Amino acid sequence: MLPAEHDDPFAQFKATFFEECSELLADMEQYLADMESGAFENETLHAIFRAVHSIKAGAGAFSFSRLVEFSHKFEYLLDELREGKLEVSPELVETLFRGFDVLSDLIGFAQNGEIAEDTYGQDALERIEGYLAGNGAEVGVSEPTPEAVSASNGNDNSTPSDKNETSGTHFRIEFTPREAMYRHANEPLLIIRELKELGRTETVVDTSRLPSLQAMEPEDAYLSWVFDLWTEYKREDVDEVFEFVIDDCDLTIVTLDQSNEVVSVDVSPGAPKSEDDGFGFFVDDEAMKEGAVSAAIAEAVKNTVESSVENTGAQPTASAAASKSPVSVTAKAPVKTDAAVPVKAPASGGLKAASIRVEVDRVDRLVNMVGELVITQSMLAQEVENGEGGATDRVASGMDELSMHIRELQENVMSIRMQPVKSVFSRMPRIVRDVSKKLNKKVKLVTVGEDTEVDKTVIEELADPLTHMIRNSLDHGLETPEERAEAGKAEEGIIRLSAEHRGGRIVIEIIDDGRGINREKVLSLAKEKGVVAEDAQLTENEIDNLIFAPGFSTAEEVTDLSGRGVGMDVVRRNIQSLGGRVSVQSFPGRGTRFQLTLPLTLAVLDGMIVGVADQKFVIPINSIIETVRPPKKDVERMVDGSSVIRIRGEYISVLPVSRIFGLDGGEQDPSQGLVILAETEGGRVVGLLVDELAGQQQVVIKSLETNYRAVEGVASATILGDGSVCLILDIDGLTAMQVPEEKEAAPLTISDAQNGNHSANVAAE
Amino acid sequence: MADEQAANSDVPQGFDPKMIGMAQNGAEDQEVESGKTVQFVSFTVDDSEYGIDIMAVREIQGWVEVTKLPNTPKHVRGVLNLRGIIVPIFDLRCRFGNGLTEATELHVMIIVAVNDRIMGLLVDAVSDILTVNTEEILPVPEIESRDDQRFLTGLITVQERMVALLEIEKLFDIDDLVTQVTNAAE
Amino acid sequence: MSKKILAVDDSKTMRDMVSFTLKGAGYDVLVADDGVNALSALVGEEVDLIITDVNMPNMNGIELVQKLRGDPRFRATPILILTTESDDSLKQQGRAAGATGWIVKPFVPEKLLKVVGKVCA
Repeated sequence: MLPAEHDDPFAQFKATFFEECSELLADMEQYLADMESGAFENETLHAIFRAVHSIKAGAGAFSFSRLVEFSHKFEYLLDELREGKLEVSPELVETLFRGFDVLSDLIGFAQNGEIAEDTYGQDALERIEGYLAGNGAEVGVSEPTPEAVSASNGNDNSTPSDKNETSGTHFRIEFTPREAMYRHANEPLLIIRELKELGRTETVVDTSRLPSLQAMEPEDAYLSWVFDLWTEYKREDVDEVFEFVIDDCDLTIVTLDQSNEVVSVDVSPGAPKSEDDGFGFFVDDEAMKEGAVSAAIAEAVKNTVESSVENTGAQPTASAAASKSPVSVTAKAPVKTDAAVPVKAPASGGLKAASIRVEVDRVDRLVNMVGELVITQSMLAQEVENGEGGATDRVASGMDELSMHIRELQENVMSIRMQPVKSVFSRMPRIVRDVSKKLNKKVKLVTVGEDTEVDKTVIEELADPLTHMIRNSLDHGLETPEERAEAGKAEEGIIRLSAEHRGGRIVIEIIDDGRGINREKVLSLAKEKGVVAEDAQLTENEIDNLIFAPGFSTAEEVTDLSGRGVGMDVVRRNIQSLGGRVSVQSFPGRGTRFQLTLPLTLAVLDGMIVGVADQKFVIPINSIIETVRPPKKDVERMVDGSSVIRIRGEYISVLPVSRIFGLDGGEQDPSQGLVILAETEGGRVVGLLVDELAGQQQVVIKSLETNYRAVEGVASATILGDGSVCLILDIDGLTAMQVPEEKEAAPLTISDAQNGNHSANVAAE
Repeated sequence: MADEQAANSDVPQGFDPKMIGMAQNGAEDQEVESGKTVQFVSFTVDDSEYGIDIMAVREIQGWVEVTKLPNTPKHVRGVLNLRGIIVPIFDLRCRFGNGLTEATELHVMIIVAVNDRIMGLLVDAVSDILTVNTEEILPVPEIESRDDQRFLTGLITVQERMVALLEIEKLFDIDDLVTQVTNAAE
Repeated sequence: MSKKILAVDDSKTMRDMVSFTLKGAGYDVLVADDGVNALSALVGEEVDLIITDVNMPNMNGIELVQKLRGDPRFRATPILILTTESDDSLKQQGRAAGATGWIVKPFVPEKLLKVVGKVCA
């Protein structure tokens, strides 16, 4: 095979590489945060080094030259750092952060196939070089990419680099291995075999030094060979055969002409090669001089490890082909590798549990298949229940068992996709740091429960909402040190980011000890923007949650540091699209608390099936507070025709689902139907008026939008045991459809909704 | 009607016409000139006959009750469970402005794929698979002479019948595909 | 019977590439992601060559080489270390620990196979 020039045999691994990069970057971020807070160990420095090291290796394999160059320098700095040659100072950490950013970006460019401008990352580079220069180290040019190396070294060709004009060259090779060769597990036999592949050979073995069997040391070298080789290959190719063992043997290669006269002599082609073949074989100087015996090998090895670095002298040391300036390394203290330290768990966590990687696609398919299984089992269960002839006890109990097994299977399959939120949480310290600096505020971030697991798809979607909520706290919630001092608080504000499992959902909280939400400002802004009516009366909690209202984003929020449009309504929509809810609670003067809940599994939910008119719908059980049939006296009619019911002193709006959906025949009187009290995202409680309850079951969520589009009041759909499609209600959506005064801008009126008219389609009919 | 039903019986429910390679009714009579040919599945709605590109047709199924979607246009009959996928069903008669189909199990749903979406069309009956030479397709006249004009891409004559060729993508409005933002809470 | 090679590297990308290249050439390949797991992988296994990265968590390549050389089973097994350095000190350590040779990352498949062929035909 010719060296790859145009085709990249490793292209298929790019995806793996980028995936690995993103994991390494996430880890690095955490390490850097640890370094910043001072909570790091030596192992942290090693781990950061290794991360950049791995990135560089992969980058080189794919010839991402900018990335290679930068990571090479960065890696060097980190190497100095882990060797203890640089001290961890705030400036250094800052440099590391900058370097991290550039690294991150360069990876991004590489991934998208973009080229960064020449000056990109310049300042970070300068800072890094500043440290290196200060330590007297010069960093050589980074490793040549594979292409460069092979291009510069003709020896790599498996075909003869340059055939001789004549029919071949006659070499005479004398080869006497020394026992040091065995110490490095080099096998003369293999070398000889390789030599023979170059052409025709005649061999003479000299066994004169071979002692008797008893006296023989198994690992000593007693044989020597003389080869006559006729070959089309060049001298370099012959040299290459012995390259690895050059200094572990006595080697003489002469070129003979037709008459066997010596044409040229080269004793022991051990002249250091100025080119780096990219590989090399070890030579032991001491063995050459002392002729150490095998029995002392272990000892020698041990001693060499502990002694200082030897003079490399005549070794065919490798120096970068592209540059002649060697990496000059300052003299080190006794070579101490991590070997001296007992196996230590990395700073970021315990030893990794055994794991395998699976493509997300496969897991998704598995999840879907299990979902179908759930549906089929439902169907069977239904058949069994409805079955004529009566299901036997055994069938019935079999079904129960089946149901249990499937549920277990499902839980386990779902858990494959679970990942700790750490990967998202680890980005937050950085944000807090950067933004608080910009705003001249002192803030400390505390994270709790980073190991809490959540579905992988959810994790990816969490980053933005979390970032925005934390930024919200930083921008609006937390005060400047002076303000805090005045208020009698500690100068440093705290943001507490936590995650925990609660009741089948994951609950993430962001709590700050700032000033809370400025309710007056929020309310007046909301009224100004028409989000609420001028005369609307809202509870404190409702005012707080106005920040999530669409159209509410204040100007400050819109200018994100990264220039993106931001708004809490976007946050809420994102969370909702994941099946989650987000709300806020404010404690004036004391702080703010964002709470966001997400389902653990996205594809399945526990639902209550209700009957409305002649249709069935599913209400997510997690949203249900309770179900009531209110006595007539507790039902009151409002002026606009809607109803409210009074429960424990509070008034709850009644949403007649049948009317909202324009279905005929549904129960209109709350006291005759069932009212299901459910909670909206904003924490508001509404009562859904339905006709009856039709059961409870776990349902697999199916998308409407895939083939159609979103429908108001409907979150998604599922397939029931009888094969029919059943819609899953969107409580917030229903609430919005019912209560027009909360959305002034709405062109739709309730009667429109009831008649099932869409403004755009009325004309079409 | 009887004729159509008879013709319909050639097309069993729930099969994929392309897979069977159904004998083309009267195809032998048509001389296929050199030039591109395309195939259409033809079907009837009221007294009109229509054709849609066979490449878009995934399968044909008899009518079953579908789940209604609230507050959607009348021509959106609802959604169907097609082996685990939720597929919207559009009533073509209604789309063409002639009122709702009183669907029975004799009616037919043609399941089509359009731009990564699977959708279903409720029609009266499927008649045929037509092989048509593209040169024979007549353009739709400028003057608006039929209610369904805006959905057509051409006209052809088959055995003295006029078959209107539908442009599938034109059948679906933007609001069939995208949620209308009708209130601030969206 | 095909030769068996153990490849040790904490980078999955590297493991995949090395494994792919070697398997393509007919070798059997075992992989491990650090020195500790490499030693586990070798329990009850015989390999004809070990290729290891140097910078790994839990037990780096140099220590692995030492441990291997101290084990009678692997005293004579060729060991190649993978480095991205032209850093002499690392090579010194490797050689002192008893490694057979080194390969610089990044490499082209042909090179890897060539070197592998040299030490374990």
